[in-house]
Amino acid sequence: MGKRTGMEVAIAAAEAVALCRIDVAAVYPITPQSHMAEHLADIIHDGRIDAEFITVESEHSSISACAGASATGARVYTATSSQGLMLMHEILPIVSAMRLPVVMGNANRAVSGPLNIWNDHTDIMPQRDNGWIVMHAENGQEVIDMTIQSFKIAEHPDVMLPVVLNIDGFQLTHMIEPLEFPTQEEVDRFLPPRVPFATLHPDRPISMGCFNMPDIFMETMKAKDQALINSKKTIVKIWNEWGKMFGRSYKPIETYKARGAETLILTMGSMGETASVAVDEMKAKGRSVGLVKMRLWRPFPLDELRAAIKGCKTLIVMDRAVSFGGAGGPLGTEIKSLLYHDDPRPRIVNMIMGLGGRDVQVEDFIAMVDRAERKEDDGYEYYGVRE
Amino acid sequence: MIEIRWHGRGGQGAVTSVELLALAAIEEGKYAQGFPAFGPERRGAPVMAYNRVSDKPIKIRSGIYHPDVVVVLDPSLVGLVNVTDGLKENGLLIVNTSKPPATLREQLKYKGRMAVVDATAIAREELGVPIANTTMLGAVLKATGVLKMESLEGPIEERFGKIADKNKRAMKRAYEGVKMVK
Repeated sequence: MGKRTGMEVAIAAAEAVALCRIDVAAVYPITPQSHMAEHLADIIHDGRIDAEFITVESEHSSISACAGASATGARVYTATSSQGLMLMHEILPIVSAMRLPVVMGNANRAVSGPLNIWNDHTDIMPQRDNGWIVMHAENGQEVIDMTIQSFKIAEHPDVMLPVVLNIDGFQLTHMIEPLEFPTQEEVDRFLPPRVPFATLHPDRPISMGCFNMPDIFMETMKAKDQALINSKKTIVKIWNEWGKMFGRSYKPIETYKARGAETLILTMGSMGETASVAVDEMKAKGRSVGLVKMRLWRPFPLDELRAAIKGCKTLIVMDRAVSFGGAGGPLGTEIKSLLYHDDPRPRIVNMIMGLGGRDVQVEDFIAMVDRAERKEDDGYEYYGVRE
Repeated sequence: MIEIRWHGRGGQGAVTSVELLALAAIEEGKYAQGFPAFGPERRGAPVMAYNRVSDKPIKIRSGIYHPDVVVVLDPSLVGLVNVTDGLKENGLLIVNTSKPPATLREQLKYKGRMAVVDATAIAREELGVPIANTTMLGAVLKATGVLKMESLEGPIEERFGKIADKNKRAMKRAYEGVKMVK
């Protein structure tokens, strides 16, 4: 590994994509993803990699172009955010059903309305049921590492599914911080060229994405579900391989001082680092608090979550999204449902916070732990909202 | 860890300042963050940008509300924006100004540590434009001692190419000219 370089994380994401020697990028710029799109366009225009940058008129087109390019056997990347991801919605389940490897960087931003360009997870949550592998990065280094890992995971013959890597908008994309890049030789060794299962080619015609009658559609859906569930084995294998090669380990669920803690905070994305500082402060005062971080959201790592929270009394699930009119945040709702039959199971407190760029500071995590320990009902709660 | 808040106007290079400072700190082997006040860019409007510099990895990813240092890039912001908001009790205010320090103190109702330099005048002479962002970096380095001035040279050369020398000269003059105010 080289020494640490200072770089904006969005630029670093584009540099990581270049290290993966992609063939095609189809990206439509949108705040806060724009620097990723612009820098990738620069890299390709300058001839630093032999790739095609397809300029498109919308995100619906960018993801469609990616699907087509992936079907020809190309290594494909796109990036978007918020409204852009919403516009892709129609195509997302088609890409996964056709088992087309595509890697997407999503610079998480609140979904309109009202218009808001700041960070939360309301853009990715409505897309969770599309059959994509969904991961969250916590810092700039993870953005580089996980971008490279994502291509290997997506293209693996036992997976063949698209991957979306969530990169918190502004909090990560606009941050200049110290980063380490693997060399081109190291990336080449880790990520050999894609070997596609089948390709579209005019000389060897095949059909892809065929129409399904009712007598086969359910079988296709079950197979898609199974493919996503099965992908976890390969994801873990590839993360272990990365850890051996680069010394930075990746797990579906990460823990920080969680063992033996009575209360656990559960976060996703860049909040985890700030939360870890809060845990240190609370531990120093003798409080029994630890941290659990969801890196992998789809497929859901239930066994790993169970192991991480074993023995805790209260689990505070922090959601940066809302399921309006539902049972709370998407993360909280799902974890409650998954643990319903477990005995014993912790008390689960679901906090909704940090929407649309509302800052979540160290003292906020401490206040949420205080609140959760006092809370008597099981309902979800908005933290820090002025009434 | 030292936390710095920069006040400027959109287009005056406050974000470039935090970028250069962060890159130089990382070049020195330190850990650093440089980031804008998140949001849309607005030319001419009051803007803020932030730095964290530390000898240890930085885990905090929230905003900076109680900075150790506040830097005012644009003299016209004094009295318009509450630049001392949240500044730590023993914090340091570094202002680009041509006014006497007593007048500034009066305007800001501020009694704490302060350093001043007429960075706009230096920038006009060295760069031919009243853009004081690189010039003020010199003042910040001298007044805080957070980094060596040599560490800024690489990032400035990379960023400014042909006009790097002018920027370095301006930075050096502010480094030498900044005055701690009693």
